[in-house]
Amino acid sequence: MNSSPAIEASGLFKSFGETKAVNGVDLVVQSGSVYGILGPNGAGKTTLIRILATLLRPDAGEARVLGHNILTDPDAVRAGISLTGQFASVDEDLTGRENLILIGRLLGMGRPAVKARAAELLDAFGLSDAGNRLVKTYSGGMRRRLDIAASVVVTPDLMFLDEPTTGLDPRSRNQVWEIIRALVDGGATILLCTQYLQEADELADGIAVVDHGRVIAEGTPAQLKASVGAGALSVRLFDAVDRSEAAGLLEKLVGAVTLEADPASLSVACSDAHRAASAIAGLARSGIGVADFSLGQPSLDEVFLALTGHPAEDAEPVEGGVR
Amino acid sequence: MNVEPTNRSDNAGADEAAVRRAITSSPRPAPAGRVSAAITFGWRGMLKVKHVPEQLMDVTITPVMFVLMFTYLFGGAVAGSTAEYLDYILPGILVMSVVFTTVYSGVALNTDVTKGVGDRFRSLPIWRPAPLVGALIGDSLRYFLAGFVILVLGLALGFRPDNGIVGMAAALGLVVVFSFALSWVFTTLGLLLRTPAAVLNAGFLGIFPLTFVSNVFVDPSTLPDWLQSFVKVNPISILAGVSRGLMHGGVDRNDVYIVLAVAVGLTAVFAPLTTRLYRRG
Repeated sequence: MNSSPAIEASGLFKSFGETKAVNGVDLVVQSGSVYGILGPNGAGKTTLIRILATLLRPDAGEARVLGHNILTDPDAVRAGISLTGQFASVDEDLTGRENLILIGRLLGMGRPAVKARAAELLDAFGLSDAGNRLVKTYSGGMRRRLDIAASVVVTPDLMFLDEPTTGLDPRSRNQVWEIIRALVDGGATILLCTQYLQEADELADGIAVVDHGRVIAEGTPAQLKASVGAGALSVRLFDAVDRSEAAGLLEKLVGAVTLEADPASLSVACSDAHRAASAIAGLARSGIGVADFSLGQPSLDEVFLALTGHPAEDAEPVEGGVR
Repeated sequence: MNVEPTNRSDNAGADEAAVRRAITSSPRPAPAGRVSAAITFGWRGMLKVKHVPEQLMDVTITPVMFVLMFTYLFGGAVAGSTAEYLDYILPGILVMSVVFTTVYSGVALNTDVTKGVGDRFRSLPIWRPAPLVGALIGDSLRYFLAGFVILVLGLALGFRPDNGIVGMAAALGLVVVFSFALSWVFTTLGLLLRTPAAVLNAGFLGIFPLTFVSNVFVDPSTLPDWLQSFVKVNPISILAGVSRGLMHGGVDRNDVYIVLAVAVGLTAVFAPLTTRLYRRG
């Protein structure tokens, strides 16, 4: 493995009609890292992935993926990447096993080797019982797992994962995260597109926040959250009468308090769990009844509000449009 | 305590250690060559015939109904007897049933492209048209099966052409070759339209008039002149005529050349067009 970046892109542009889906993106992703592209629907994430995976020609700009120019040497790029698309990129009319065998055969594996490999992957991804069922009978989470398995039939040098957990229930999401972590431990380089700050935070070493086809912020998850101003401790009291006393106490223990619209609720900027715990304990010691409290990470909306001054709006999903 | 019943296959999840092992244990082979990639996609097409036999049923049930309805309802009136009409109509129905099947090649391609799996294929280090060529190889098998069903039905109803099995096989072969060429038209359509349903509708909008305004069902000599002149140049008529000639004897060699020339022409225009549209994505 060479030490040059897995992805180096500069000045990428792509528009569909009036919409500038990718509007001047520069990007560097180091080998052996997970890089998160964070943004709302329609921010241009999928278009960016499709350009880097050689599925779409940019209108302007250039990029080298695994050291190869995406425009002049797309075959060399394809030889080292794998793509897990936003909508499961597997064939619904085949079984899970047949899907893996299909990909393995296309990548040049021999018949006996590919059969063994399919069995190994179905096992590793918790799909061995479902291996001989048609994919259209799979749950969303199983489909996603198969999709990722199909991307590692032959271990790629760079994986593109486009919103791997969108639409999954929390349990399936955790399963997919576990798989991605295992891939990362195994040394994979991953470009991960996501709408969830938590997902980028959990998995990525570096994050680029995109909006309207531009990178509006870049950094480690910690830097990004710090720039947004951390999370908040929200508290709801049993009795609204106690609110001013609670506000005074929290202000002393943590910092500036915001009174919420709900007369029994208040919140205080806080990202440290210990501090939050001692603040809750302090309220209890003073005899103030706490009905409910939560310590939240800033949401994508809050990140966007902090970075752009406007909330993340869902643009028309024109990106990656199929003509 | 068993909190929730577990359906193992749905809730098993992944084995992290095994996932780690799995991605470190595979050496990278050289990708499949052109022929081998196309054959692999052909295998995929055949698996679909196995898993989704309804697709084949859809396109054979209509022609089977037509054979039965036309033969027994109109046969006596059109040709004097049902047996004579069966002799006339069966080679034409063979053409119709296989030609109908070609529309589904466009539908299948559209389904691939509009779902995520097309993106995966296009991101693989393989010959780009391989999914197309392979699909059409698989489809040719479907064409063959669709035609075979009609011929078997004919034999069961008492169809006994002079040239026997050899003539029937020759006709089936030519019809499959022509359909392979025609299916490029529908793959082009499949890449231009947005949804599989749109491809199906547009496809049949084109194919229905072509098959009905032909000599498949009736001898065109009873038609008005202006219609006759269309029916005569309609390639479906010429193919149906050749198919009759091959089965009953008296095939016109020139017509065979015309059919082959049309097939070559369709392929020459629409195969590159499909490939270009497919590459462009």
